[in-house]
Amino acid sequence: MKTEYKIIVDLIEEKTRVLDVGCDDGTLMESLKKNKNVDVRGIEISKDKVQTCVSKGLTVIEGNAELDLKQFPNDSFDYVVLGQTLQAFVNPEIVIKELLRVGKKAIITIPNFGHWKVRLNLLIKGTMPITESLPNDWYNTPNIHMCTIKDFVKFSKIINFKIFKSLALTNKNISNINNSNLFYKNLFAELGIFLIEK
Amino acid sequence: MNIKENIKTLVIKKPLKLDCGKTINNFPLAYETYGSLNKNKDNAILVFHALTGDQFVTGINPVTKKDGWWSYAVGPNKSIDTNKYFVICANVIGGCMGSFGPSHKNPDTNKIYGTDFPVITINDMVNAQVNLLDHFEIKKLFSVVGGSMGGMQVLQFISNYPDKASTVVPIACTSSHSAQNIAFNELGRQAIASDHNWSDGKYLSNNTLPDKGLSVARMAAHITYLSKKGLQEKFGRKLQERDALKFGFDADFQIESYLRYQGSVFVDRFDANSYLYITRAMDYFDLVKQFDGNLSNAFKKTKAKFFVISFTSDWLYPTQENKDIVIALNAIGADVGFVEIKSDKGHDSFLLDVPDFLKTLKNFLDKSYIER
Repeated sequence: MKTEYKIIVDLIEEKTRVLDVGCDDGTLMESLKKNKNVDVRGIEISKDKVQTCVSKGLTVIEGNAELDLKQFPNDSFDYVVLGQTLQAFVNPEIVIKELLRVGKKAIITIPNFGHWKVRLNLLIKGTMPITESLPNDWYNTPNIHMCTIKDFVKFSKIINFKIFKSLALTNKNISNINNSNLFYKNLFAELGIFLIEK
Repeated sequence: MNIKENIKTLVIKKPLKLDCGKTINNFPLAYETYGSLNKNKDNAILVFHALTGDQFVTGINPVTKKDGWWSYAVGPNKSIDTNKYFVICANVIGGCMGSFGPSHKNPDTNKIYGTDFPVITINDMVNAQVNLLDHFEIKKLFSVVGGSMGGMQVLQFISNYPDKASTVVPIACTSSHSAQNIAFNELGRQAIASDHNWSDGKYLSNNTLPDKGLSVARMAAHITYLSKKGLQEKFGRKLQERDALKFGFDADFQIESYLRYQGSVFVDRFDANSYLYITRAMDYFDLVKQFDGNLSNAFKKTKAKFFVISFTSDWLYPTQENKDIVIALNAIGADVGFVEIKSDKGHDSFLLDVPDFLKTLKNFLDKSYIER
């Protein structure tokens, strides 16, 4: 299992209610069920992946986070997870607000656009960066709102949500992000993982 | 047609108060079963049939000698695996395959009911069928499953009997019959009523049949079960056993001939008055209104696991209407999964060989059965 998923599983307390937004093939959901005994639901936009989840016995609805989070009442989950898709939404602000309305807490992971390889790629080549975590060309990428770890921290102040825990994933190593190391983490981490609250 | 010898019937002695106010008792409910009930009696699935279905879900229908209406989905190793599950299906009351319906004799007058038969509802249908659970001494069904009108019965059943099923699978249906669907049903009913032979529903006493009217009703309805794309691909403008147009009103086009055929075979197996009664029951179905405008309240008392399925090309019971059920369930934190299956076969997709659908249904049931 991806290190990212292991970190998310560790962040979630046992026997809670979790919604995995963009649950893909249900790998994270399965792990949460097995390791944390949580009541977990998923939303997934791809029909094939919904069918894969059903074949694993997972409760998933086919839907789009921007349209379908509306149907859940306030605080219906303890955690809402959004893995590496915030940058693909038309309006990330609305999505974050919806996540925090539906869930008491949210876990958001973002591919870090501030990573040195990304910066170097643009600096040297002068073309839109293509890396292992960002494999698409500019014209076919689903990522329309890329941000850096620093951007996300800044965003928390602009739209007013609390970052409870921020973790950086660098070469499969996990470390905490704080004010004093933000510059370095923003340069070396491939992924930022944030536990946030209203 | 002597159909009685092939039909299993349960006579329901307990009085049933219908929504129309009348009470019926000692009435027959025709049913069929497949597979076997296990020791714990916890492997039973109650399947509800759609408008023109009957209790003969799979295998050869002993009356029509054709494949059962859900042969693709139900049988050994199929989506609803009869090696594993005990499948029960009853002919709805108001129907014409042995259950209490308008072609039966009224014991008080010794005349065939015809349109003197009480108007029945989806609620009445499921309240009649719940008696099968007592008959088989089943405390809780593993699942209730049905498409179209069968799906409406599924929703009504779990609303009426929240503890009587562990899983709930409404397919290609709605919680409230739309104006468009009422309109199509009315078209069918008017086609029957305008057939001279119908004689205000007394045709059986007159030894005539409103074949023309019933067949037109079926033709119109059949179009609504398909999709434009499906029709175009299957028939296009292909001509029927001729090289050129005949400049007349014969069936020049294959689609005309196909519809005429569908109409003509339907009248051999279906009763016109039953068609009136069952379409009426569908039109009256409004679970939202039953719960004062809040569909969520229909499901508040159940802990069952739901799985809702719709089809991309179904314009009769479109995805949004199925999704409304999902939304109502999510609003109360119910356990609900949902998928829209890609198919160009229209509303009929649930009856046909649509592998993604059949696989998904099987996966849901089998996984839920292991985890129950």
